[in-house]
Amino acid sequence: MMQILSAALLPLLIGVIVAHGAYRRVPLWTTFVAGAKSGAALGVRIMPYLIVMLTAVGLFRASGLMALLTDGLAPVLSACGIAPELIPLALMRSFSGSGTLALFSDIVATHGADSALAKTAALMTGSSETTFYVLSVYFGAVGVTKYRHAVIAGLAADLTGIVMALVMAKLLWS
Amino acid sequence: MPYTGRNMRLFWAILIGLSVLTAALRGQTGEVMPAVIGSLWTGARVIVSLIGVMCLWLGVMKIAEASGLTRFFARMLRPLVHFLFPELRGNTPAQAAITMNISANALGLGNAATPFGVQAMKELQAVNPRPKTATDAMCTFLAINTAGVQLIPTGVVAVLVSFGSDNPTEIIVPCLIVTALAQVVGVSTAKLLQRRRRK
Repeated sequence: MMQILSAALLPLLIGVIVAHGAYRRVPLWTTFVAGAKSGAALGVRIMPYLIVMLTAVGLFRASGLMALLTDGLAPVLSACGIAPELIPLALMRSFSGSGTLALFSDIVATHGADSALAKTAALMTGSSETTFYVLSVYFGAVGVTKYRHAVIAGLAADLTGIVMALVMAKLLWS
Repeated sequence: MPYTGRNMRLFWAILIGLSVLTAALRGQTGEVMPAVIGSLWTGARVIVSLIGVMCLWLGVMKIAEASGLTRFFARMLRPLVHFLFPELRGNTPAQAAITMNISANALGLGNAATPFGVQAMKELQAVNPRPKTATDAMCTFLAINTAGVQLIPTGVVAVLVSFGSDNPTEIIVPCLIVTALAQVVGVSTAKLLQRRRRK
């Protein structure tokens, strides 16, 4: 059921939007191209941040430092059925968007895009936002310095996202 | 849009330093260059795929915007905003900005969402008796933003596509469920903490 919905959602959405656009006589081709241009610009803008983070992540893994740090936790984690490779991602999630994207990409590159590990990491990455970034941008914009319970609420959401991603992945792909 | 704060930049430098040091101590300096080159390839592949996915998505969303569908979607969110921000009854500009921000985020239009979000914060700040301190409404609003419900997690799909996933859209619905739960917990936490403070 979930699989059918997942597979259908994107094509359905595109179909409905294009059909509605045609019905409303929107110039489909030129409008699409105008939007697509901003997509290309976005990718180019993200590139340096992603590469810079990936370089550190690649070194972190290849040097053995990551294993050194996660090996200690491995017995505890494997008892709970959690892959140690996911720990850096979980820790990074709330702090840096490019760091998260880099760690996620590295997991997919290392373990394969169809591995349960990659799909679990995908849920973790997609289930939340970079809490501290969001807070600093929006509070910063109006000069609020006392964040009160916004931090705890944001972190509670992040933690829920991480835990539920693990649970959901266990249910679906193990 | 990936963002890197000052602490993260420092962390990045330390991570590289410690990694190279570890490689040296373990006599694995030979691993360093292949790792960097591997990372460059990963980055290039992900970006190519990301550009593809974002072109498709933002192209389609531009049509939705021109045909009025995105406005319709935002209208559907209005009752939810009324429900979550009872204190903003009568404050139409704040409600409108919040609605547009949530709607743009849900549709994966991060670039469009931020200006609306900043606008919403300015409207909330205008009725803030203590300008340095966050109000309850601000905390709720940012709880929604930090949990971030996205209809299609385009970035994640793009990474899976870049490494040849057989079924890169498989994660869409599970992801939606997880993020919705995170959203509920985030907003509930914000609401619970504000009530306790008021007593």
